[in-house]
Amino acid sequence: MPGLGTSFGRGGATTFQQDLQNSDCIVIMGSNMAENHPVGFQWVMEARERGAEVIHVDPRFTRTSAMATKWVGIRAGSDIAFLGGIANYLLQNDLYFEEYVKHYTNAPVIIREEFTDTEELDGLFSGWDPEQGTYDVRQWMYEGMEVHGSGGDPEAGFKATKGEQSGHGGHGGGLRYGEPPSEDPDLKHPRCVFQILKRHFQRYTPELVAETCGCSADDFVAVCEALVRNSGRERTSAFCYAVGWTQHTVGVQLIRACTIVQQLLGNIGRPGGGILALRGHASIQGSTDIPTLYNILPGYLSMPHTEAYGDFETFMKANRSPTGWWGHYDAYWVSLMKAYFGEHATDENDWLFKKLPRIDDDNSMYWTLEQMLAGNVKGYLIAGENPAVGNANGKANRLALAKLDWLVVRDLVEIESASFWYDSPEIESGELKTDQIGTEVFFMPASAHTEKDGSFTNTQRLLQWHWQATEPPQDCRSDLWFYFHLGRRIKQKLADSKDDRDDLITALRWEYPTHTQIREPSAEAVLAEISGWEVESGRFLPAYKELKPDGSTACGCWIYCGVYADGVNQAARKKPHWEQDYVAAEWAWAWPANRRLIYNRASADPDGKPWSERKQYVWWNGEKWTGLDVPDFEETKEPGYVPPDDAEAEAAIAGDHPFIMQADGRSWLYVPQGLEDGPLPTHYEPHESPFDNPLYGQRANPARQQHKNAGWDPYNPVDGEPGSELYPHVFTTYRLTEHHTAGGMTRSVPYLAELQPAMFCEVSPELAEEAGLEHGGWATIYTARSAIEARVLVTERMKPLVVQGRKTHQIGLPYHWGTRLLTQGDSANDLVHAALDPNVHIMETKAATCGIRPGRRPRGAALTEFVAELRDQAHSRREMSPRAESEESRKTAPS
Amino acid sequence: MSTLLGQEPTGVPDGHEAYGDEQQPRVGFFTDTSVCIGCKACEVACKEWNLIPQDGQAWTGHSYDNTGELSANTWRHVAFIEQEKPLRTNDDGTTALRWLMESDVCKHCTHAACLDVCPTGALFRTEFGTVVVQEDICNGCGYCVPACPFGVLDKRDIPSTANVGHQPDLLPIFGKKEDGRVWKCTLCYDRLKGGHEPACAQACPTKSIQFGPLDELHARADERLAKLEAEGWNGAQLYLRDPEDGIGGAGAFFLLLDEPEVYGLPPDPVVTTKHLGSMWRNMARAAAVLTVAIVGACARD
Amino acid sequence: MKLRRLIASWPVVHQLKNGDRLALGPAVKSQRSHTLKPRIHDADHVVQSICPYCAVGCGQLVYVRDGEVTHIEGDPASPISRGRLCPKGQASKSYVQSPLREYKVKYRRPYGTRWEELDLETAMDMIADRVIETRAATWQAETEGGNPANRTLAIGNLGGATLDNEENYLIKKLMTALGVVQVENQARI
Repeated sequence: MPGLGTSFGRGGATTFQQDLQNSDCIVIMGSNMAENHPVGFQWVMEARERGAEVIHVDPRFTRTSAMATKWVGIRAGSDIAFLGGIANYLLQNDLYFEEYVKHYTNAPVIIREEFTDTEELDGLFSGWDPEQGTYDVRQWMYEGMEVHGSGGDPEAGFKATKGEQSGHGGHGGGLRYGEPPSEDPDLKHPRCVFQILKRHFQRYTPELVAETCGCSADDFVAVCEALVRNSGRERTSAFCYAVGWTQHTVGVQLIRACTIVQQLLGNIGRPGGGILALRGHASIQGSTDIPTLYNILPGYLSMPHTEAYGDFETFMKANRSPTGWWGHYDAYWVSLMKAYFGEHATDENDWLFKKLPRIDDDNSMYWTLEQMLAGNVKGYLIAGENPAVGNANGKANRLALAKLDWLVVRDLVEIESASFWYDSPEIESGELKTDQIGTEVFFMPASAHTEKDGSFTNTQRLLQWHWQATEPPQDCRSDLWFYFHLGRRIKQKLADSKDDRDDLITALRWEYPTHTQIREPSAEAVLAEISGWEVESGRFLPAYKELKPDGSTACGCWIYCGVYADGVNQAARKKPHWEQDYVAAEWAWAWPANRRLIYNRASADPDGKPWSERKQYVWWNGEKWTGLDVPDFEETKEPGYVPPDDAEAEAAIAGDHPFIMQADGRSWLYVPQGLEDGPLPTHYEPHESPFDNPLYGQRANPARQQHKNAGWDPYNPVDGEPGSELYPHVFTTYRLTEHHTAGGMTRSVPYLAELQPAMFCEVSPELAEEAGLEHGGWATIYTARSAIEARVLVTERMKPLVVQGRKTHQIGLPYHWGTRLLTQGDSANDLVHAALDPNVHIMETKAATCGIRPGRRPRGAALTEFVAELRDQAHSRREMSPRAESEESRKTAPS
Repeated sequence: MSTLLGQEPTGVPDGHEAYGDEQQPRVGFFTDTSVCIGCKACEVACKEWNLIPQDGQAWTGHSYDNTGELSANTWRHVAFIEQEKPLRTNDDGTTALRWLMESDVCKHCTHAACLDVCPTGALFRTEFGTVVVQEDICNGCGYCVPACPFGVLDKRDIPSTANVGHQPDLLPIFGKKEDGRVWKCTLCYDRLKGGHEPACAQACPTKSIQFGPLDELHARADERLAKLEAEGWNGAQLYLRDPEDGIGGAGAFFLLLDEPEVYGLPPDPVVTTKHLGSMWRNMARAAAVLTVAIVGACARD
Repeated sequence: MKLRRLIASWPVVHQLKNGDRLALGPAVKSQRSHTLKPRIHDADHVVQSICPYCAVGCGQLVYVRDGEVTHIEGDPASPISRGRLCPKGQASKSYVQSPLREYKVKYRRPYGTRWEELDLETAMDMIADRVIETRAATWQAETEGGNPANRTLAIGNLGGATLDNEENYLIKKLMTALGVVQVENQARI
């Protein structure tokens, strides 16, 4: 996650769930942890029982709020104002952890003179190019430094690397040495990060927070006070978040805002502190580490770009950071190519660099969706995902599937993405006709987790092995089986090809031992490849430190190097917790290097002594770093170590700089490069919001991605524009304990289907009264995209808020339902638009606008007409508005 | 035996002492609602372990409770109560909203009316002091159903396709072909015999459901109540903890955060056969069992 | 002999023999109750697994008899979950054995109005052919500007957050070799 990655150096959760028991205060925000991570929540309850304060800040009063010692209700999409307000409270009242901030963050670093803040440019940072709709990030750089590294060289036509790969460390910001050239240790210089930060958030006062978020100023201050009371040498506070933060057009900056608060409080790298990113799928962290993502290769290495990196040398120069652990980028890269292509990847052929496929700026899911709708995508393979229900703008997703030539769907049950051609809402509305859909569909039944070996990487970077219990029945097969045998067949069919395009297929290392009658490939053999080995001897590598850039080592994912150390499956270690301490280092294996709480050198003061006895974790014992965890630091690097001028890679990191993946060894309050939409988080309104931005003329994130001219993703008028009155309410979508995401894994289970057997909406008694909604009856909820129906749950847990002096209603919509399986209902995602965060291309499912009226929705063709009529009415009213035009003129071209 | 004279020692479950050497310490549930997150893992764990049929899909609109009540096909039920009341009396009052959740279950009463009235000996007191319906004995007479002061006992319908709507594939989950018998929580009698804790207690993510010897649970509950009272929790009280109450205390007792009736629990439950006098109610049952058992045995032959 | 066993099993005899004169306890204990044991004791084997739902990563114990899963419950040894599971994790066996689970390949031909049966091997072969043909027909060796592209933009692969690391590894490896760059999953962030 680049919000974490650019701030700290790694995109994963900084801590582990069990450590929450050591927290003195836990703020859960952007997460409904009790409902969506109930078993992890036991550690929050442990902390509460030990006297910790548990604060839930959320638009809804949920089962998490019910367990909290305090709940603060806020408007969906206003979180940056809240967090920026906390930062401001700490800075204005000198309540930050001064020693931590001075030594461990980039607060003292002086920024270039060209940098201009949003405070001066009415909501834009300097470098904004209105025509391109992007920033020239060079103006945000540290003083005395050239933009280099993954920031790319715009002069040479290079694009900045962004998203997950830059997030994973920022690749060092092009720093020549570990120490930035210009610093003010007293934090007084007007252009030092600390002062910039202070000015940036100065207007985020409790009153402004209250006005923007719809909470009371007192409640807000109470949260600030709780954090201050529970941070410092003796105490620590933790934050837990989930996609309640990430799924916004400002998702990455939202998490950045949290990192700033935790840096100022000195809570990173310390027991009971940290930021726990709560992931929603069994291996969502793993599928980013070993990505099934377009823009990265395993271990957050960059995919080559069509425009940027013509040859290997330039590519390596652009990506290898001179300092920090990204200084060994070449070793990680070459080892991956050896794992992929074996003896075919050589120094002479630049490890096959010229043959690798290139990406464009954006080949993400929603870009692909647009290409599918345009008929440019012919074939699609879906494995364990249900875009017809789970993706924003469900209708566009289903229409896109109908444009394919062929589609493969792999799942345990027949999900909506496999059945769209005969039972989707578009069949009902007449927009699709079965006998006119040319898509060839292969439904391939998949194996369950009990029918295969393999590892999941959980929310705390922990790789846990699950053993196969039974054979997969009949045609059911693991994805390992499917992709292995698909690749094997393709290799076989192309074995004699002389075509250039088949060179990588020919070179591909694709030999895995198989077992049983069905020839299931060995998952352990794949894990061993991921972990890495010495090419000559076959010796399994213990750690990424041993990786070489000369082709003598092979490793499928450098951050996972060591998970098969000594030829032992470390992820399968299952030593019971009662036989070890709470860190449980011998249960499974965590990346990196089995460290459970990362940046843990920060749990000691600059001299290496624990900040307090109560919070000791890792410390310098005079000879080496030691403690409860594997030190996330070179074991024998003294606290007083000062790098020589010519030091490279990790040797350039000083002994009192705990953030070893950053080129300067510090956490970044201010991110000089690696993000698309600013070095600091700024409050912007959601793409669709009933309100204007109270802080700036710039209403929403200027760099957000939109599809406004494409036709398939129409938007509601916003913020008092004529027409917006048709969509006056805020809605937010979410999960329930009883179901899982798009429902394929739970709507198919009788015991779960009965627990939440119908799509419903949650509304306040006030809204019910206003809109004429009857508890237990039906409501129709609509946006410019679609309309859905839901049973009405009127509850005091939904509260109208007063924002900018206006009463606003929020509507809660769980998103688990679709047209099939044991419980059926309309999909909330049909309402959601696909405007995206510019860094990671994620949709804004958590805050948008809608209208609501009593009764069931129109059926058949009348549904499309109903939606279109309202939309046309809204848009024609809006087009009359001069304000809309001025907003348009500042916006980016559609991406 | 003292029970024959109608003088049960306080809190000793009827029939438990008859086990002699086989008698195990009485076990039960302490359900602490102050840490219940309403996840319903207990409901599902119970069904998974005991292979209970699905109880039908009906959206109730009653907060997040779509289970409704304990029944033949639901042996754990999580109640949800939304209140405009602060969780603690010392809260600043700004939230003034709380969401109570409580996992209900068979109480395994010390003096259990269901046990008294069962004419077949299907209901019996186990060596663990719990009350179990024996599925191989129950003939579905249903006497026990109105006897239970908590409405726990219920007869299972013979499944029909109507219950599963248009999903005929669902039928296999109704594993028991013949039915009409009475079903309820067994406190996982089979698991207890194998040395495992009941499925719901094992699953419970926050240990709102605690299993153990009743004496230990009582001590734990008393300590817990004292802590919550010191912290100013609104309405914290123990329910069915007291051996002097109308059912002689329960094997499954609760820490509630409001009056029992708020949770749909009878405030002052009384063993329904009490008016018979303990000796006579027991004798009546003993005689009935004899008759039915002899007839049954002959019939089996 | 048989008769004596039968008589001994009568509750009335029990009642008199063991002092449960009220027939509340041991006297009425049925044959089934006498021999009852948890079905996990009959398992052929038990394996340690991990819950497939969210990313908390709870430990599971999967009990197997005669090649079928007979029960799934929390693994007490896990330091994260300590034997506990949420309703979804607890329902894993019902998920694996869902009444709606599909066991056979299903094929829908272009413009078809129904599912058809298809042999697994044939399906695999057809999919391999589709990939090869689409790739060949849409291959982009260079961009319009003359930079190397080495790819097809006509094939995409979606999914991964629910899969194993090893599976994701093979997907990305294969797709990269095929020049398929549109590889995406739920973990966009």
